[in-house]
Amino acid sequence: MEPAIRIRQVTKRFGSVQALAGIDLSVERGEFFGLLGPNGAGKTTLISALAGLVRPDAGRLEVMGWDVAAQYREARRRLGVVPQELVFDPFFTVRETLRIQSGYYGVRGNDDWIDEILHHLDLTAKADTNMRRLSGGMKRRVLVAQALVHRPPVIVLDEPTAGVDVELRQGLWQFVRRLNRGGHTIVLTTHYLEEAENLCGRIAMMKQGRIVALDSTENLLRSLSGHTLRVRLAPGAAPPAAIAERSVREDDGTLACRIGRCEEVETVLRTLREAGAEVEDLELAKPDLEEVFVRIMGRN
Amino acid sequence: MQGFVTLFRKELLRFWKVSFQTVAAPVLTSLLYLLVFSHVLENRVRVYDALPYTAFLVPGLVMMAVLQNAFANSSSSLIQSKVTGSIVFVLLPPISYREFFAAYVLAATVRGLVVGLGVLAVTLWFAELRYAAPHWIVVFALLGGAILGSLGVIAGIWADKFDQLAGFQNFVIMPLTFLSGVFYSIHSLPPFWQGLSHFNPVFYMIDGFRYGFHGVSDVPPGLSLAVVSACLLGLAGLTLWLLKSGYKLRA
Repeated sequence: MEPAIRIRQVTKRFGSVQALAGIDLSVERGEFFGLLGPNGAGKTTLISALAGLVRPDAGRLEVMGWDVAAQYREARRRLGVVPQELVFDPFFTVRETLRIQSGYYGVRGNDDWIDEILHHLDLTAKADTNMRRLSGGMKRRVLVAQALVHRPPVIVLDEPTAGVDVELRQGLWQFVRRLNRGGHTIVLTTHYLEEAENLCGRIAMMKQGRIVALDSTENLLRSLSGHTLRVRLAPGAAPPAAIAERSVREDDGTLACRIGRCEEVETVLRTLREAGAEVEDLELAKPDLEEVFVRIMGRN
Repeated sequence: MQGFVTLFRKELLRFWKVSFQTVAAPVLTSLLYLLVFSHVLENRVRVYDALPYTAFLVPGLVMMAVLQNAFANSSSSLIQSKVTGSIVFVLLPPISYREFFAAYVLAATVRGLVVGLGVLAVTLWFAELRYAAPHWIVVFALLGGAILGSLGVIAGIWADKFDQLAGFQNFVIMPLTFLSGVFYSIHSLPPFWQGLSHFNPVFYMIDGFRYGFHGVSDVPPGLSLAVVSACLLGLAGLTLWLLKSGYKLRA
């Protein structure tokens, strides 16, 4: 069976900037896939190339086995994209917008599905409201609805929660998870690494147009051995040099100390005790995706 | 095909929702032109020997409204969607560049015809029109609307800002339409300007359209049809090529 997305040796240059430098990537059907990277890494360019908005200089992109250039009609029918920017057509109501979008994909008489999407995205009450009158969060939900009107098996969400409040974010993820459980392939780009860690089964990290890490979320987290011991000292207490050297002082003054083995916890605490530095609070944390991300970006 | 139909209907709906601005306003502007020019010139100017000036003016005003509004429809729709980013909703679906072209140009032509009919309706009270050759009226209205609709697509794709589009409209479309014989017969011009007018394709659109009403024109309607058809083919070809190449739409 063809993968949901197959990208082979895709390059794209904008003037002197190499936006994509030979990307190879496959996303299997039914995956919840994360595409991470700092600003300018090439995530949006890659998504745009997949959606036909950007024409690559070389390489081939497929959606469910259909070439996005040569078989663009078939490929685009199978792809739903939620763009990063909050864009809308100010002339139409929510329902008109969704009917028009359905028509663009050749879907007629789509009101039952439109009603279902509106219900799941909590937009039913706003169905006949003009797009201009919606709040930013609601406009974002309509963007998601627009990407789903033609029931695409592959859904790409390009930073869908940027600037969105917590309640909407949670509602949105609940809905997207349900779509994923229903068999949809989801590709997500986000700057919220915690979201990616919780949602994505596999993650690719991009930097300067290249994929610098690609693995299951579990393996990526496991790649960073050890734990972080966070220690907050009592006011006025100073850490001894041995601890200060191997720690990073975080914004709130907490010392974050990398621990290779659990026995080292006792070593750190004993050193602090012997130096007379009273510990007010401590926490032993497993590595998270943010740490993995920072490590990988720093390494590359 | 459904994509084309939806895009076409969306473009119609877009201008119809703001019809006060897109239909009523240009009709009023044309009416004001008619009132001012006919008041000043009716008893002073006779065109083609026996034709009263107001009767001469009305077809020109109708055609000018068709042309300017066809251009305005496609160009404003595209620049607005480009500036706001909503063009992405048309670029993501499986709509071919030919469907894209046909929908925008056809909707622009319809807007031109709706405004033209509005101008004709309100100016009927001021002049007696003959409708000497109605088929020429229809042919030139359709071709003229399609040409300016196509030019509007080009301008809308080319312009990155509203300023650039306004410049195109003010420095290209307005001079071409105003200096095309809407308000005068080119026979009343000095030889140099008469000769220059023959290089203005809008002149042929107006002249052929006016022939349909009065049965008289500055050049034979067959010649006008040939020039106008050639213009449409050329511009349609250029527009389709731009759309196929993805110029300023697909990076």
